[in-house]
Amino acid sequence: MVDASALGATGTPFVLDVERGKIREFARATFAPVPDEDAPISPPTFLTTAFHWQSAASDPWEQVRMDPSRGLHAEQELVFHGPPPRAGDRLIGTSRIDEIYEKTNRTGKTLTFVVMVTEFRDAAGRIVAESRLTGVETS
Amino acid sequence: MIPAPPPPLVVGPLTRTDLVRYQGASGDMQPVHHDEPFAKAAGYDRPLSLGMLHAGLLGTWAAGWLGAEHVRRFRVRFTAQAFPGDTLTCTGAVAEEHPDAVDVELSCTTQNGDVVARAWATFALEESP
Repeated sequence: MVDASALGATGTPFVLDVERGKIREFARATFAPVPDEDAPISPPTFLTTAFHWQSAASDPWEQVRMDPSRGLHAEQELVFHGPPPRAGDRLIGTSRIDEIYEKTNRTGKTLTFVVMVTEFRDAAGRIVAESRLTGVETS
Repeated sequence: MIPAPPPPLVVGPLTRTDLVRYQGASGDMQPVHHDEPFAKAAGYDRPLSLGMLHAGLLGTWAAGWLGAEHVRRFRVRFTAQAFPGDTLTCTGAVAEEHPDAVDVELSCTTQNGDVVARAWATFALEESP
């Protein structure tokens, strides 16, 4: 059961170093040509590799307490404020629980949607990308 | 000038190794995608594929078409499940042209015609010389 008090919960900032080897590994895993250049651009969904960099303190998703047997990943959106990051870039990510809302579907079931936004900034504090994860729990 | 879309990206039949490789690469080690007893306890016959793998395949196809450096927005909705043994076809088309960008719609479909993911993306267009 989603805990509505998680709205606004914000994780501690975390570092994500965009690495050449990780880009090559991710390209292979997503059936893309493996880039040979020194500083390849990261693929469109690469920032999902934040899994490797976040800790319990930087990831507020656990505070939502979505029931894993009734919860699903419904949507994922990436927004880039310029070209996506390249190998060698260091990003600082911050995740927050941005929205929690309910909808009733056609069969009268209540669906609870939770949106977690992760902002990625460069060392100067300029926003590079935002990731919006939408999870849904059925009643 | 928008280049012609490439042929669809066809991946499959998906293997469990494909799922494990994606999980290791992404860092999402959710056991329902590789641990058979866990998947059965969760109500599935067998481990299921990952929505974010399907999103990644759509990203591969679209970046191959319009260039990874040009993507500015990539939104994917997960609409159905896929399993090892399924063959996925990723393709898409232009939805709307703007002076400096193009909106595209993408889909990832199983051999049975089930759409497992849809995506809406915006790519910046190179300035004309």
